[in-house]
Formats: sequence, C-alpha cells, structure tokens
Amino acid sequence: MYEGPIQDVIEELGRLPGVGPKSAQRIAFHLLNVERADAQRLADAIVAVKDRVRFCARCFNVAEAEECRICRDARRDPRVLCVVEEPRDLMAIEKTSEFRGRYHVLGGAISPIDGVGPEQLRVKELMARLGEEAVEEIVLAMSPNIEGEATASYLARTLKAMDLRVSRIASGLPVGGDLEYADEVTLGRAFAGRTEV
Amino acid sequence: MHLESLSVVDWRSYASTDVALGPGVRVLVGPNAQGKTNLLEAVHYLATGASHRVASDAPLVRAGASAAVLRAQARVGEDARRATVEIEVRPGGRSRAQLNGQPQRRVADAVGVVRAVLFAPEDLALVRGDPSDRRRFLDGLLAQRRPAYAAARGEYERVLRQRNQLLKDARRRAGRVDATLADWTDALARAGATLLAARIAVVHALAGPTAAAYRELLAGPTGPEAADRVGLAYESSTGRRIAAEPEAGVPDPAELVEELRTALVERGDEEIERGITLVGPHRDELALAIGELPARGYASHGECWSLALALRLASREVLREVGDEPIVVLDDVFAELDVTRRARLAERCRGFEQVLISAAVDEDVPLDGVRYRVRGGTVIPLAEEVA
Ligand SMILES: [Zn+2]
Repeated sequence: MYEGPIQDVIEELGRLPGVGPKSAQRIAFHLLNVERADAQRLADAIVAVKDRVRFCARCFNVAEAEECRICRDARRDPRVLCVVEEPRDLMAIEKTSEFRGRYHVLGGAISPIDGVGPEQLRVKELMARLGEEAVEEIVLAMSPNIEGEATASYLARTLKAMDLRVSRIASGLPVGGDLEYADEVTLGRAFAGRTEV
Repeated sequence: MHLESLSVVDWRSYASTDVALGPGVRVLVGPNAQGKTNLLEAVHYLATGASHRVASDAPLVRAGASAAVLRAQARVGEDARRATVEIEVRPGGRSRAQLNGQPQRRVADAVGVVRAVLFAPEDLALVRGDPSDRRRFLDGLLAQRRPAYAAARGEYERVLRQRNQLLKDARRRAGRVDATLADWTDALARAGATLLAARIAVVHALAGPTAAAYRELLAGPTGPEAADRVGLAYESSTGRRIAAEPEAGVPDPAELVEELRTALVERGDEEIERGITLVGPHRDELALAIGELPARGYASHGECWSLALALRLASREVLREVGDEPIVVLDDVFAELDVTRRARLAERCRGFEQVLISAAVDEDVPLDGVRYRVRGGTVIPLAEEVA
C-alpha cells in the first residue's frame, strides 16, 4: 500500500478494463514523472468525454451533436443500414471504406447469462427507424462469436418477416473473436462478400 | 515420438529435477508416494495442457511456489527432428508456453507436440464410472487428435450455458418463453452436431482396436474370439443408438443438426418445465459391452481393468492414424495384473517407440529397459547408482 494520491490513482486505474494491478502501478508511476501540463491534458480529456460525448439520437453511435457525423453526411446511402453491436465495431467497418450506407448500434449482443435479451438492446429503436426511413437492405455485422451469431439469427428472422432484404457479412473472420479485432483487409473482404439470408 | 529429457521445477513434490530419457522402455521404480506418478503426470500435462488427476492447476505447484515449469526435449515426426516444449503452470495468473524457445499466444498452441496416452488406476472409472467419465475420455482423445475439437467443445459449452439460462428464466416466468429460444436451439443443434459427428467417428475408429486389445490381454494374440467380445456403441440423447462399426464413415453433420433440432423441439415443454437442456452431446453415453452384457455393473474387477486398459491402448492406435506415434504411459498398472496378463501387456508394448512405466516393484514389469530409482524427490538411472 502506497500513501495518499498515488494509491488513489493506482486503485482508480485498476478499475479500468484490461488493467491489472501491475499495469496500474506502472501507469501511476509514469504519471508521477510526466509534466503537469501532460497530466492536465489527460484529466481534461477524461472529463470531456463524459461531458461532451453522447449517443447519436438516430443510430446510437458516439456523437458530439444531436446526430453523429455519419447520420448528418448527405452522401451516405440511406437505403442501406448496417447493424453492429458497439460503436467500436462501426469504427472498424468505417476503416475499410467498403460501406457507404448508415449504421444502427445495438449496444451489445444477446446473452441470457448476462441478462441481455432483445429488450435490453436498441432493437425497438431499430424497428422504429425502419418505419420512418426508406431502408431497403439491412446488413448484419455482428461479432463472429456465439452471442453475435444468436443476435444475427434473431434479427434476420425478425427482419425477414418484415419483407426486408437482409444480408450478413461473410464469415471467414476468426471465430470467437471480436469484430473490432479483425484486421481491415479481412473485414473489408468479409464486407464485400456479404451473403443474403 | 519420444522424449529425450524431462525437467520439472516446483512441480508437485519436486523442487527441481532433470530426467534423461530416450526411446524404448523406461521404468520408474520406487516406493509409493515418492513422486513416480508426479513425473508421469507432467508428461500428460505437456501432452494435453491438463492433469489427469486434478481439475485445477493449484495442487500441481509445489507448496510455497507461485508457478511450476515443465520442460521436455522431444524427437518428433518421421525425420525425428528436435522439439522443445515448455509450459509454465501459473494457477494464480496466466500460464505460459514456449515451443522451440518461441513464446506461444496460448498454452493450447504448445500442447499436441508431445503426444501421450496415459493409463492410471483411476481409469477404472472409464468402465465403472458415470457417463460423464466416458464423455471426458472421448473428448480428451478427440482434443488430442484434432486441436480444433477443444475449441468446438468450448463453444458448445457456452451455447449450452446460454440456452440453460433462457430455460431457467422461462421456468421462473411460468413457462413464458423468450423470443430468442429458437435461435439458441439452432445454435445448440449446430454446435452439438460438430461434437456428435466427431464422437461417433472416433467410436467407430476405437471399436476394432479396443476389441483386439481386450482379446489379447485376456487370451493372448492367438486366443479364440469367445463370448467375451467387446462391443462399443454411442447412445445419443436424441434416442438413437449407433453401434460401432469399424468400416463406418463419418456421419453427415447436416443430418445431425436436423436430428438434434427435432429432438430439442420434441422435448421443448419438458425442458421449460425443468429449466435445463435435455438433448445434446452433454447427455450422451458411450456404452461398453462384454458379450451381450453391459460392462458397467456386470463385468468383474479383472474384466473392467482389462477393458479400461484396452480403451487406452486403442487410443494409441487412433492417435497414430493422424500423426506421431504417442508415448504410452503406464502408471502403476502392472501390480494390478496377474502374471499372465502382465506378460501379455508386456508383449503388446514391445515395439512401441517409447513406454514410460511406474512400478513399486521392479520384478512386476517383465520388460527390458532402462530403470530409474525414484525416492524423496530424486530420480537416478539405476546403472549410474551402481557406478
Ligand atoms: Zn448516427
């Protein structure tokens, strides 16, 4: 146990995902050595993300305004909607430059052991958008793990019943991985090779 | 394949020990509880990434140490090239592994270079134990045969947990079923069919070698094929019984998906009532019969022992079909057999690339080979001790 603020920082860092006690200690002592201005910039950025960033009212991507940059971009094709689990998956697809439509972020995947069903995801919001917007095709881009599969399977079934064209990005992505970890080439190819279900 | 040397550090009772090995028969001799089994357990761990005696890693590390290190020098492949496998077993954290000095991403990536089939007294449970003991046997063999099997099994278990949670929720809500149950049923049928196809195929492959090994142990290689013929069958929770036939091929997974799905739907109401998945590879059984009678419950102690040993010897044949010849590890087996069967087991082991044996009494093992004395955490080749 260290004394005072250094112990506070270690404990706060240790609460972050993927940061173990050893890393927390290393980062804390690194922070002790940086310039005050650098520490201030980090602190400001953390506060700003809480104060300024919110979710897009349309697609639930992270946004700085009422709607996100993509939803406001008139060049994006409103007829094609890509459904993803998290904003980070959206970012992974954007990096491939293969997709020119818009997105819908569910906020997770179906997982009964975590108490997550369709009601806990933004499925209701997706259905509402389909009623209001001129969407013709839905691309399901869930993570290639079993929760992602189940989510895609549920959505495909529900959306097909509404007479929409539904496709899924081709598999060939590493099974059990997260979409965001797929490298850009693999993901781009998966996108180009999406199959109608 | 065979091991040229085995080193263990902070493993079980050992602080640090190196054992020079080599092809052929190697017998570890010493009183019980002096560490013979611990060394054989290390070989099993290097081959599978797990102990054959305990489910968790904690008991494997010497009291007071935070990690154990296992290291084997091996000769592998047809060209007998050198390979080094090292696993650092760290129960409190992430275990690490190296292959030829290169750190691997996961321990699973380093196991499989050392291939071994181990027979221990606990294996009596293969015949006398619960269906889960026999499922574990099949799954362990398949994971060694094809690394992808272990991943498929992990995936199945996760789908099963998810689906069971949904069924439990439905039971709590007086039978009101979540809209996604159909999707999880689909996922379970697909993941289950992968395991089912592999298991049925391996039971077919085991049938001939198991019957042959059992007959040899009982009656000698030229003995008559009597009413004590061993039969294997895979009993699926879908209600289908698949008798093992050595010539049968691998079943079509697509048909198995349908079979599982149909059975799951049929028992849907019962599943919701009980809040648990009632159909799938997690409820299947490998049925063993001697003559017309199920081995479990009818076979004598000696017959059970011989049948369990026959299953392990058959595993060696099944593994040999798809890669390096595995090491045969016999932990404390000879003492349990009468003189005739000792001689027949010894006969069977002649010609194996490497056989590692533990025994309390040297004379119980009627095989030529290098002897090691194991006592109080030290291992000394017997010739050296004399010198
Ligand atoms: Zn948006």
